[in-house]
Amino acid sequence: MHPDHATPAGGAWPRPSENYVPHAHGPDEPPHTHPDPGVDPHQALAAGPRALRVGIGGPVGSGKTALVAALCRALGEELRLAVVTNDIYTTEDADFLLRNGVLPAERIRAVETGCCPHTAIRDDISANLDAVEDLEATLGPLDLVLVESGGDNLTATFSKGLIDRQIFVVDVAGGDKVPRKGGPGVTAADLLVINKTDLAPLVGADLAVMDRDAKERRGELPTVFLSLVEDRAATPVAEWIRILVGVRGPAG
Amino acid sequence: MSLATLLVLADGRLPAGGHAHSGGLEAQVSAGRVRDLDDVAAFLRGKLATSGLVAAAFAAAACRRPGRWAELDGGLDARTPSPALRKASRAQGRALLRAGRAMWALPPIGREPHQPTALGVLAHAAGLGPEEAAVAAAHGTTTGAASAAVRLLALDPYAVHALLARLAPACDRIAGEAARHADDAVNDLPAAGAPLLDIGAEHHATWEVRLFAS
Amino acid sequence: MRAVARIVAEADGRGGTRLAVLRGESPLLPRRTGGSSGAGVTVHLVGGAAGPLRGDDLRVEVTVGAGAHLTVRSVAAQLALPGRAGLPPSRLVVHAEVAGELRWLPEPLIAAAGCDHHARTHVEVAEGGTLLWREDLVCGRHAEPTGTVSLSTTIRYAGATLYRHELAVAPDTGSPAVLGRYRALGTLVAAPALPATVLPATFRTTSSAAIMPLAGQGFLATAVGEDIREVRAALDPMCGAAEGAPGGAPQARDGFLAVGDGSHRVHAPAKPFAEREIAT
Ligand SMILES: Nc1nc2c(ncn2[C@@H]2O[C@H](COP(=O)(O)OP(=O)(O)OP(=O)(O)O)[C@@H](O)[C@H]2O)c(=O)[nH]1
Ligand SMILES: [Mg+2]
Repeated sequence: MHPDHATPAGGAWPRPSENYVPHAHGPDEPPHTHPDPGVDPHQALAAGPRALRVGIGGPVGSGKTALVAALCRALGEELRLAVVTNDIYTTEDADFLLRNGVLPAERIRAVETGCCPHTAIRDDISANLDAVEDLEATLGPLDLVLVESGGDNLTATFSKGLIDRQIFVVDVAGGDKVPRKGGPGVTAADLLVINKTDLAPLVGADLAVMDRDAKERRGELPTVFLSLVEDRAATPVAEWIRILVGVRGPAG
Repeated sequence: MSLATLLVLADGRLPAGGHAHSGGLEAQVSAGRVRDLDDVAAFLRGKLATSGLVAAAFAAAACRRPGRWAELDGGLDARTPSPALRKASRAQGRALLRAGRAMWALPPIGREPHQPTALGVLAHAAGLGPEEAAVAAAHGTTTGAASAAVRLLALDPYAVHALLARLAPACDRIAGEAARHADDAVNDLPAAGAPLLDIGAEHHATWEVRLFAS
Repeated sequence: MRAVARIVAEADGRGGTRLAVLRGESPLLPRRTGGSSGAGVTVHLVGGAAGPLRGDDLRVEVTVGAGAHLTVRSVAAQLALPGRAGLPPSRLVVHAEVAGELRWLPEPLIAAAGCDHHARTHVEVAEGGTLLWREDLVCGRHAEPTGTVSLSTTIRYAGATLYRHELAVAPDTGSPAVLGRYRALGTLVAAPALPATVLPATFRTTSSAAIMPLAGQGFLATAVGEDIREVRAALDPMCGAAEGAPGGAPQARDGFLAVGDGSHRVHAPAKPFAEREIAT
């Protein structure tokens, strides 16, 4: 959970170096060196205000790529935007975005994950950080980078070292039990999107039950219901991101 | 020298990008040349004796004299004819530097050096010596491909680890040989090539659907 | 047996190439072949005997001056044989200095069972020079295990090492990372670029052949095969078919030339290794 979680309007975002705790050396410690305590190990990224990075995770087929496409449509004109995809085995998600022309090719990077999308977004985020760094190097300052995870399970969440905020996308077709089941994605994501509400009658999913369970699991954290076939601009999600970017101010 | 520090550097969980690479195994699995545990064993032995030896020697040399990193990087370029393998090596070198910078104060080194060069420089910064850098490199060439083998061929993970244990003496031997070259001129460092790794990497890079980055 | 061959090609000042030095001793005998087609000359190495054998120490020195064009071929495969036990491994050192154009397109090296052969190649190409360097290896004759071979190749261009490669082949060391079950390997290094006429638009990278742009100015094409025919099919089109495939000289078809004293040789084949015999 973000330290500033309760106050998303906080403006300045804490950097790892601010959490640096000076420490004493024990007698049995071998001689060693420390990184400069004032230097963030991710210095290349954190120098000056940088793009807001939003992770988009969730189970396979819940609509993550469709949401990214919708956000590109909604925000592409007003924000300097780029996307990193993490596919299980292909560049399928990146190709989908390209085919649909929501973003020019140079604004999309596909990261290969070696069968393990959750590793690439949580345990070893290096390839994603490199992709973001490369996008910023080639495109100049950005306002927003969307990082889509490959479809994974309910426990797959993004590392805070990679993203600033995360959205977890589930769909009603998976059954109205999903919010009740919880898991880190559902309980801790900064925004929970329950997608494909248009299908609810077809699969007999009760949206009221999902709403109630989500509130129970998530407390104050927001949840939105969405049908990307009906709302092709993902209006509530785009609005949520607009506010975050606005609070943050323009990137250098 | 701290043994625990060596374990930190050689740990497969070090967030240095390795999980996305199969060390050339995916291409050979797909070509039907690696199907079972015995094939994986032969693959790993061959890889260890070729690119493993080269990686270990360059890691040892970079550890001995980190200031030589650019020259060593050029030597690895000349030993890595496959652009796909150069790219994979540099991507992993860059990822390793990112992890290394968080752990130790690194001397100057380029933005995207080859993985063995980066490993040697990290080992130096961590207070380790060329032997340790070499053994971490040799070990790394086997473990990455071995864990990919578990995923690609659904092999019994215990059997694969038993294989890694059997390979440990070979790793030590290769690392020892590599470390003896730590002071050699770059042209005299080992250059054992592996034609199927080169060809496989190039072929792999043309696929539309693949599980691993290399 | 020790032998040195020396070839020096220079521009003749009239747009052609002349051979300032063409010298050798058995079993390394360079012979000028064919007329001077265009600006270049072709030299064939005619093996004076089967070999190399254990104990042999052979050296080829090639110099191609600026503006000169030289093609070097061999009339028959080099067949590395065991020779007398207890002798050191056979050695072949090739050293080339190239300011003009060198096309080194010999027949394959065949590592007969029981051989122990070391080949070392060092090529210095000056800036502006052009190189096409082919090396083919066949691991064992027909239906026999391979002998032991170690190859070490250094190719430098404009003062920087472009390609540095070693390959060790020994019985029972087949690894699917190195050669797997393949018995034939071919490599072709081109510097600074593949000849424009040569890069076949049709070439497709497969799981057994690839063309690789090197980090420096040059290319490597590598092919593996069950037999040398598969390697030739992949690489020959890149070696200038216009001038005839490797081994295309008439002599190559008629057996080893009886040159020098090959009498102490064992297993000297009556005819060169036909591709059929090498196959599978
Ligand atoms: N009916 C309906 N279908 C949707 C909706 N959103 C997405 N889809 C469809 O659901 C399928 C999967 O959507 P994607 O956006 O590819 O899902 P994803 O989460 O990116 O999938 P992975 O990346 O494979 O995990 C596609 O066929 C979409 O068209 C929705 O709101 N309603
Ligand atoms: Mg997707």
